[in-house]
Amino acid sequence: MIALLLRDLRLAIRAGGGFGLGLAFFLIVVVLVPFGVGPETELLSRIAPGILWVASLLAALLSLDRIFALDYEDGSLALLATSPLPLEGAAMVKALAHWITTGLPLTLAAPALGFLLSLAPEAYAYLLVSLMIGTPALSMIGTFGAALTVGLRRGGLLLSLLVLPLYVPTLIFGAEAVRRGAEGLDPTGALMLMAGITAGSFALLPFATAAVLRINLR
Amino acid sequence: MLTVQNLTCARGGVPVLADVSFAVEAGRTLILRGPNGIGKTTLLRTLAGLQPAIGGEVTFPEDEGAYASHADGIKTALTVTENLSFWADVHGAPLPDGIFETFDLADLRDRLGGTLSAGQKRRLGLARLGVIGRKVLFLDEPTVSLDGFSVKLFADWLQNAHLAAGGIAVIATHIDLGLDAPELDLTPFKAADDAGGGSDEAFL
Repeated sequence: MIALLLRDLRLAIRAGGGFGLGLAFFLIVVVLVPFGVGPETELLSRIAPGILWVASLLAALLSLDRIFALDYEDGSLALLATSPLPLEGAAMVKALAHWITTGLPLTLAAPALGFLLSLAPEAYAYLLVSLMIGTPALSMIGTFGAALTVGLRRGGLLLSLLVLPLYVPTLIFGAEAVRRGAEGLDPTGALMLMAGITAGSFALLPFATAAVLRINLR
Repeated sequence: MLTVQNLTCARGGVPVLADVSFAVEAGRTLILRGPNGIGKTTLLRTLAGLQPAIGGEVTFPEDEGAYASHADGIKTALTVTENLSFWADVHGAPLPDGIFETFDLADLRDRLGGTLSAGQKRRLGLARLGVIGRKVLFLDEPTVSLDGFSVKLFADWLQNAHLAAGGIAVIATHIDLGLDAPELDLTPFKAADDAGGGSDEAFL
């Protein structure tokens, strides 16, 4: 499993791997918002939690279709399926690799972008924590969606339509945690619920993903 | 030992082969013959467990099967060595000595997968079989895009390394590999047009 993780990370970093694409997209979306909304610091600071969360969600979505599509096209998915590595494990490793190349950089870059949106100073810690807890769920749910659409040509749009509704709970609790943090309220409840979603998706979705892959490989 | 009894397999829900039975002893090879579309690939994928059989039984030692097809699973952004070590790691086996020489890849070790020619990719794909240490190989057209010299390299490896160590190979091919192996013509096993059973049970 570690071999697969290292290979996926290596592929992501090499030319054409798409590492940093999501991060650049995140940056651009967040920078565009003040241009659209206008230079109203107070308004920006109020909508900042939502903007940051929606932008990181879209950025995570961007690289989802690569998770299985490339392995499917060059045949390595079929070879992995007949290897000693259980497909459930492969699914979890794929999600983890996606998180390390997308979710983790987004999380680390978010505070800098929060500054651009004049996010309330009290909220930075919660922004970091909520993204750290929430983005793994985005990767795992997205991996499941990628498995559903793996055999389809141009399945990217369908993938977005399938996955975005599933992202709603994470988005609600994530943005809520940051908003409450910004207003000086206690965000523990929202963070706990989001951690629950992440834990639940990592517990259940690898099995669903593997089942779907087996059907798509036929 | 690989035994197949009354195997019926389907492609896209339509049965293509019915009641296929054969047995291959350890150290032996079976060559599958038959016109295009008869179901050689379907049979091999079913044997390898990539798709469920409609009926019948396949038995071989557990966790010993390996499948290789037209797609080699080569990552274009990884070097030849990295590609091979990945599969070795996944199968928990060390890279065997001389594997690069056996498949004439020694000069290509540090080349990226994407810069290899079709034949070189094929050799790399076949070298994977020498790395993963599986005993029962299901090979679908292993010699596509190989030149005569490379076909001989592959046949030598199969004979001297794989079969000599008690391995089994089931190979679908249209060319003569120069192996002393029985051939199985799949034409008589073609499923009747009205054969049932190919339902989409996955959705029920």
